[in-house]
Amino acid sequence: MNETTTQQTDRCCDAGDSQPPCCEAQAADDQPAWVIGEINTPAGPVPHIATALTLADRLAAARVRLGIGRMSYAVPAGLYAVGSPDAASPVLVTANYKLSFDRLRERLGGMDAWVLVLDTKGINVWCAAGKGTFGTDEIVRRVSLTGLAAVVDHRTLIVPQLGAPGVAAHEVKKQSGFKVVYGPIRAVDIPAFMAAGMTATDAMRRVRFGLRDRSAVVPLELVHWTPWALAVAAAGLVAAGLTRGGFDITAGNWLGVRSAALVLAALVGGAVIAPLLLPILPAKTLSGQGMIVGIAIAAVATAMGWIPLARETVIETAALWLIVPTISAFVAMTYTGATTYTSLSGVRREMRLAVPIQIAAGAAGLVLWTVGLFLGR
Amino acid sequence: MLKYLSNVTTLHYDADKCVGCGRCAEVCPHGVFAGHQRPAAITDRDRCMECGACMRNCPAEAITVRAGVGCAVGVIYGALGIGGDCCCSADSSAGDSCCSDAESPDAQ
Repeated sequence: MNETTTQQTDRCCDAGDSQPPCCEAQAADDQPAWVIGEINTPAGPVPHIATALTLADRLAAARVRLGIGRMSYAVPAGLYAVGSPDAASPVLVTANYKLSFDRLRERLGGMDAWVLVLDTKGINVWCAAGKGTFGTDEIVRRVSLTGLAAVVDHRTLIVPQLGAPGVAAHEVKKQSGFKVVYGPIRAVDIPAFMAAGMTATDAMRRVRFGLRDRSAVVPLELVHWTPWALAVAAAGLVAAGLTRGGFDITAGNWLGVRSAALVLAALVGGAVIAPLLLPILPAKTLSGQGMIVGIAIAAVATAMGWIPLARETVIETAALWLIVPTISAFVAMTYTGATTYTSLSGVRREMRLAVPIQIAAGAAGLVLWTVGLFLGR
Repeated sequence: MLKYLSNVTTLHYDADKCVGCGRCAEVCPHGVFAGHQRPAAITDRDRCMECGACMRNCPAEAITVRAGVGCAVGVIYGALGIGGDCCCSADSSAGDSCCSDAESPDAQ
């Protein structure tokens, strides 16, 4: 499980998905560092939160981005106060994923507002909306549980636009009396959105997938696939070492070393290079883009002599030229889940073509590589 | 602007039912629907990522789309019968790379 030392989540929420009722009312001695006080409202005391992120917040965010303890990175659902809000202050809705929550509150500096945190099981707004946990029912329930109608005298909720897949604005209005205004996609646009009388420009409503967005997921991709690649590389190293002249995994095992290095290079190609070069690679599918990068890696490796190019090594050459692009293609294909523009129908169509090719090429490559082990010397 | 495969989206829109509320244009993260006009118009359906926001927020039920997450790992899990259809699943194995965190460093 995760280490709780730098996590500022409420203890009672660390256990897992279901948040016990104790999260609603925080005991004074059990408050995370970002709670800086309490504000009394007609619905009872509401935690007053800081808008500046601390070093601990940022370090914890970095850990989350590297995939350490991500699943339990939740804040307690409920109502929070920013600045000195009153009955007329706006209400901004967010998920109880700490990164979503932090991204919102750090943009609320200087504002007086209420933040309504939904219980999305520690999942970010967009993913939770896709699952429906960030949704109509949870908004209606949370509005009721927090007694929001007694805290504010207006009836407007600012819901992040990416929450819309789970939220039926007209249903929220019908069931809670609160009108939903969809806020901008990026928290950074909130001050401008508020200043413009709660209207978003078209640019604020468009999801982007620039270099920064694409690279943000790269560490997680690497963390996810590296153990698999290492296992494959190690298997190749040992197999080649055992087969070719005793158990020697270094000097006498040039094939094993090269093969292992190429597996890791193929991983980097699919998990790092393909996502970063995505807009300029001449393919529409992610697997196609990964395959192109894999072929480029094989070409460079061949030029460097890491993939031999000679009549007597033709089996090994073919094997590595099959294996490297296949690994890059597969890993790049899994990046579809991190993109902001791939549809399920599109991914299914891509996979119908790509997966059989990957299986065939991967299997052929493995068979040839194994045959080459025993034939080539 | 990145564009995925053409002629694949399950998005269907019945302009006759449109009440002109403009919600579809407001919620679509890819600008598939054009503005506050009646009836709303689809500009470029190939940009649709099938998130389902328009369908969910259309009070006239003029829009249908088979909503889902375009995630290969989710599709594989679904095909193998483990987990649901989406890799964002809270109960899926930790370290799932997909849908990591809001996809965009600035998105909430």
